[in-house]
Amino acid sequence: MALLQISEPGRSAAPHQHRLAVGIDLGTTNSLVASVISGSAAVIPDADGRMLLPSVVRFRANGEVTTGHAALAHQSEDPLNTVSSAKRLMGRGLADVERDGHVVPYRLLDAPGMVRVDTVAGARSPVEIGAEVLRTLRERAEASLGGALVGAVITVPAYFDDAQRQATKDAARLAGLDVLRLLNEPTAAAIAYGLDNAAEGVYAVYDLGGGTFDISILKLARGVFEVLATGGDAALGGDDFDRRVVAWARTEVGLGQPSTQDLQTLYARCRAAKEALSGTDRAVIRVPMGADDPVDLILSRETFVTLTQDLVERTLKPARRALRDAGLAAEDIRGVVLVGGATRMPHVRAAVAKCFGREPLTNLDPDQIVALGAAMQANVLAGNRGEDDWLLLDVIPLSLGLETMGGLMEKIIPRNSTLPVARAQEFTTFKDGQTAMAIHVLQGERELVADCRSLAQIELHGIPPMVAGAARIRVTFQVDADGLLSVSAREQSSGVEAAVVVKPSYGLTDAQIASMLEDSHARAEEDLQLRMVREAQVDARRLLDATEAALAEDGQALLSPPERAAIARAMYALGELLEVHSPESLAALRQATDGLNRATTEFAARRMNAGVQRAFSGQRLDQLEQLV
Amino acid sequence: MSVTLSESAARRVNAFLAQRGKGIGLRLAVKTSGCSGMAYALEFVDRQEADDLTFESHGVTVLVDPKSHVYLDGTELDFVREGLNEGFKFHNPNVKDQCGCGESFNV
Repeated sequence: MALLQISEPGRSAAPHQHRLAVGIDLGTTNSLVASVISGSAAVIPDADGRMLLPSVVRFRANGEVTTGHAALAHQSEDPLNTVSSAKRLMGRGLADVERDGHVVPYRLLDAPGMVRVDTVAGARSPVEIGAEVLRTLRERAEASLGGALVGAVITVPAYFDDAQRQATKDAARLAGLDVLRLLNEPTAAAIAYGLDNAAEGVYAVYDLGGGTFDISILKLARGVFEVLATGGDAALGGDDFDRRVVAWARTEVGLGQPSTQDLQTLYARCRAAKEALSGTDRAVIRVPMGADDPVDLILSRETFVTLTQDLVERTLKPARRALRDAGLAAEDIRGVVLVGGATRMPHVRAAVAKCFGREPLTNLDPDQIVALGAAMQANVLAGNRGEDDWLLLDVIPLSLGLETMGGLMEKIIPRNSTLPVARAQEFTTFKDGQTAMAIHVLQGERELVADCRSLAQIELHGIPPMVAGAARIRVTFQVDADGLLSVSAREQSSGVEAAVVVKPSYGLTDAQIASMLEDSHARAEEDLQLRMVREAQVDARRLLDATEAALAEDGQALLSPPERAAIARAMYALGELLEVHSPESLAALRQATDGLNRATTEFAARRMNAGVQRAFSGQRLDQLEQLV
Repeated sequence: MSVTLSESAARRVNAFLAQRGKGIGLRLAVKTSGCSGMAYALEFVDRQEADDLTFESHGVTVLVDPKSHVYLDGTELDFVREGLNEGFKFHNPNVKDQCGCGESFNV
């Protein structure tokens, strides 16, 4: 029988109406899934009891895809087809990735809008790779919760721009997840902390994950979360600390150009050493030297701090800036919440303590806190509202605006505006008789268009010819609760409109997403066809063998030469088809099988008669009756 | 007669109550819904109703309203793990048959 969970008073679900919802922390290095079970949020472990799913996907030549620990285990031997840290590629072009200085052990391909990873199974987009991780988590949750999910809340760094958010949503759709909402990671952490501790006041969330750094200033009052300011660095995380250690180790032993596999091994060992140094003062790194013997290096905590202190310092600048944006001083902060495995490093904790003038809070697991908060939000959005109703206010991380004459960025919605938000501004024509206007939608804080991120180009046509400056074009920017933007432009006097939904600039259109989904469906059909062909072939083979055996036994006695020839022809026709392995051969195969069946019907009847005669001849009736 | 918890169920309920930070016990109830007539409900209790029947089982206060008690008398609530899934299960001697999934039943 089904297993029951305890509900809040008066909130028992009717049978078959469970609304299972999960929170997913889709991380650069590790991902987690959590759900509210019997009133409290808990991370859902896999069948082996492991909470973290490494965000690693391995593609095989035979089309097989493995994720998590199974994929990670093969990273050293198969680095080109084992994709890790794909979150850093999400919604990014090759130029973006190269500018950020990301070094990846696999091959990247330039593609319109978003970079692709060149694997043995073909070019894979970060959306598809993220979808594999999400699918694994979805299956884990469904197996554990015992039913299909109504939806999921997926967390993203507060610094993710529109393209990166849309890419994350698309990945979820490919994985068969209905996204209830995208939630900023620090906000999710605050939900987990705020609800667990019912603490009011202003908090800072310092989130140093595998690949991203976020700082958020949040205000918690009477169950209402308000994000006052956010900041961060989308290209700074624990992975960078690993890279520093790897670079140090290579210099120390004079390692020139190691093989990809050696490099992977070295990365894994440097990461292990980094983690060990959070608890000890020295760690040993065994550096693989190709054909030569490996060399043991000792990394002291002091050296490690020297190597990485500037990375820690780099996190403090956005932190101070966020404080300034919120109009607060460090003394106003009641507590600092640490999120992300990288915040276990003692010198990170020390720097945070110094910056905010207080010891950070560490009583929740920094790896799980984001997923737990997302699960609580998912539970509310799925309609399983507890009695503690709470509202969540979020802000946009980067200003949104458009290009004006001279290549300047005009901000329409300033950053840190509370979501959802809609703002409108009027623009006019630049030349006499101008009938069209190009609107270039931008995101960023810089003044020059060239320094901002281009989100979309839209055109408004059909403006009545007027003198310059007479037309009144109202441009409306709207950002929904997920932080996604739509832009519309309307010429006021004539009413012409450019009804435009801004597509994120990475170039995967809805149609492309749909076609990818259709592809996977189409392949399912093809698989089914092939399976039917295989089954028909097995049937045919059985029939051929039986006919052959029967011919050898009774063919000479019971059949005339022309009859034997007819059966041989039918057998030959069928035998030929056994070698064809295509879905199209199914009909022919079934026809030939029927043909052979028909050709042998008379033969089978004669064999039956002959057999009966053999059995009955020389028997007396009473003996037969005894037999029966 | 009474309604009881198995030891493992009691341990779980106590853990959940502690995590939740409030609540005086666990309510077992029967609702007239579902594909086979009746359905079980399992809820935390913040407030006792005047006519509630209460039972103590392994340190947990179990509350049952009198109407539900007719259907639940003699029931033991167990906590079990089935593969990846874990949760509570009713061992109810009054049940004649239940729907395939066991979420609802007939007496």
